[in-house]
Amino acid sequence: MSHLSSSARQLAAAVRGWVIFTIICGLAYPLVVFGVAQIAFPRQADGSLVTYRGRVVGSSLLCQEFTTPGGQPLARYFQPRPSASAASPTSGAGGCDPLASGASNLGPDNPVLVRDIEPRQRRVAAFDHVPVSAIPADAVTTSGSGLDPLISPQNAAIQAARVAAARHVSVAAIMALVRRYTQGRALGILGEPGVNVLLLNIALDQRYPVR
Amino acid sequence: MSATAAGWLQAGLLVVALAACHVPLGDHMARIFTGDRHWRAERVIYRLIGADPDSDQAWSAYARSVLAFSLISVVLLYAAERLQHLLPLSLGLPGVPPALAFNTAASFVTNTNWQNYAGETTMGYLVQMAGLAVQNFLSAAVGLAVAIALVRGFARSRTNRLGNFWVDLTRSLTRLLIPLSVIGALVLAAGGVIDNFHASQVVTTVAGGHQAITGGPVASQEVIKQLGNNGGGFYNANSAHPFENPSPFTNWFEIFLMLLIPMSLPRAFGRMVNDTRQGYAIASVMALLWLAAAGGISYFEARGAGLAPAVARGAMEGKNVAFGIPGSALFAASTTVTSTGAVNAAHDSLTAFGGGIALFDMALGEIVPGGIGAGLYGMLILAVVTVFVGGLMVGRTPEYLGKKIRPAEMKYAALYFLTTPMVALAAAGASAGLRSPRASVLNPGPHGLTEILYAFVSMANNNGSAFAGLSTDTLWYNTAGGAVMLLARFAPIIFVLGLAGSLARQQPVPASAGTIPTHKPLFAGMLIGVIIILVGLTYFPALALGPLAEGLR
Repeated sequence: MSHLSSSARQLAAAVRGWVIFTIICGLAYPLVVFGVAQIAFPRQADGSLVTYRGRVVGSSLLCQEFTTPGGQPLARYFQPRPSASAASPTSGAGGCDPLASGASNLGPDNPVLVRDIEPRQRRVAAFDHVPVSAIPADAVTTSGSGLDPLISPQNAAIQAARVAAARHVSVAAIMALVRRYTQGRALGILGEPGVNVLLLNIALDQRYPVR
Repeated sequence: MSATAAGWLQAGLLVVALAACHVPLGDHMARIFTGDRHWRAERVIYRLIGADPDSDQAWSAYARSVLAFSLISVVLLYAAERLQHLLPLSLGLPGVPPALAFNTAASFVTNTNWQNYAGETTMGYLVQMAGLAVQNFLSAAVGLAVAIALVRGFARSRTNRLGNFWVDLTRSLTRLLIPLSVIGALVLAAGGVIDNFHASQVVTTVAGGHQAITGGPVASQEVIKQLGNNGGGFYNANSAHPFENPSPFTNWFEIFLMLLIPMSLPRAFGRMVNDTRQGYAIASVMALLWLAAAGGISYFEARGAGLAPAVARGAMEGKNVAFGIPGSALFAASTTVTSTGAVNAAHDSLTAFGGGIALFDMALGEIVPGGIGAGLYGMLILAVVTVFVGGLMVGRTPEYLGKKIRPAEMKYAALYFLTTPMVALAAAGASAGLRSPRASVLNPGPHGLTEILYAFVSMANNNGSAFAGLSTDTLWYNTAGGAVMLLARFAPIIFVLGLAGSLARQQPVPASAGTIPTHKPLFAGMLIGVIIILVGLTYFPALALGPLAEGLR
């Protein structure tokens, strides 16, 4: 009997503890962080939104599609990596959807993955007039989130001539802009260099608009 | 600089940062759990809970408090998920279905954070913040409390008292996890992790398409997810999502957060048993095996074996450009050795041996350095086993830190290290044998078996990372998985506390010429041997059929 009542006491203490810690860790703590973050780092806290021509067009942390309404890549824009965050990852249409973040999860020896990569290589080779051997891995693989905002510098380099032709400017001018939007390793050692596609494409539209 | 060299420097910077922090933080933790002054705010909490902070509990009472608190947490979190549509900030999302709600409740209360749902389309902001993230704090604090109770078992003598659970729980939160989380959350927010309460806002993109930009109180949840070795993502993509982990710096910082407390606990342990050398022996074993895992995954990912990486000219499937192969491999190793289970790359797409090492990391029992608290108590159990094995060699009663390891202690230790592999392998075997669970597999061949094996090893070790190709939001995986997580978390906790009670009652014996010195490299080497042979190789037959078969083909 005393055992039973002691268990009941433990459970009652547990309920009270849960309520108190939910208020502290689940309401007070996140609201304090929210308040300070909004005051100290409002741009980051709201999602590093990018404004262009007076309206929000996306986030510098999220890739977006640069395609025709029919899903064809637009030659005048640098193209992001393939994305698995779409209703059907293998369809090739749509992607970069933050409501469906995720990866393909295809294993290294899965023939489905090989059958995804090879046509992507052929499409890039035809679109950019480069040999398949020049195409870096990130251009034909999907990222961990389907939202990767970056492409590798080599991936940008193979796209530069096509973008330059579409905008009637020199490849050197395009490459100069690519270098400006390339972020190196943090502190010289953390991570890998990458080019922010959204920011680069906006800069292209501003500097070398297509008439 | 080559990616490999940068990768080594990145890991080196982590080692330096951890080496600098573990002494002050370890000493701070030792003070937290040995000081007898209560803060005024803490006294208010004890009064509201109805606990007497100055009463010391015997091991059985301590265990009952742990179990009661965790049971209530599962029930109330389940209720909150089921009733989400009636709660504010639900974003119009419906209540979570029963099996999924059970799995998720079990998952977050056990510090596993296995996720059978996509955060952005399943959980409203209130359930994320005041339901799931609260368990990120509480499950971490419970693990820490149990570890401290075991350390007290070594440090105390001729008593059956191990401390007070409510005090250990509360102080873990007020003096450690909450202050560190506030600092860490602001560092992450400065680095680009979002923190707002916007519902998704649909914008028109540069090319004229539409994109829904999601919101949420992410920074506050991201930090405790790493610091508490929880790992449950706010979004489906977890730490591969740029809103959770936007840059190479946040990536490094998140790895630092997951290692910070587990790597500092050996120092706290050394302090509490009045012999910091004992802590260094444990910490060196943890650090060595962690670095070996990181080096191994980095090597195999950079080598990029497998059909698809060969065709694509690099193992970039499932990896983000910003982190690259070194940042993804270091994260994968760190998240699997610490029981965190957050992912910044798709583990299912790792190369056969890279993913195999991630699986083996978890199979080691989450002790190098393991999850917060759980890593230390798991490691101390294996230290006990190691002196026992050493004692068998020389034919005398073994002792650790002056406490005799007798049959009673060995029974608790053996039950501890047998429970997890037994539960994991039985559940994985059943899933591979039954038709409908087998149908959840995405990838063909040995990789498919690895998906199932990885799932249950992850759940049983309370890690939570996944080979996410396996479709696990099914009745079988939700219920079997929930049961595995609960059993493999709380049965070992009972054995740990039982062992602690048994040790605390002993009178310490003075060291003699026959005592194995447990602070020397010889002991550290034996401990590594016991970890790999006794625990890791329990899984060898299963590993041979999964990642080894795939990689050697």
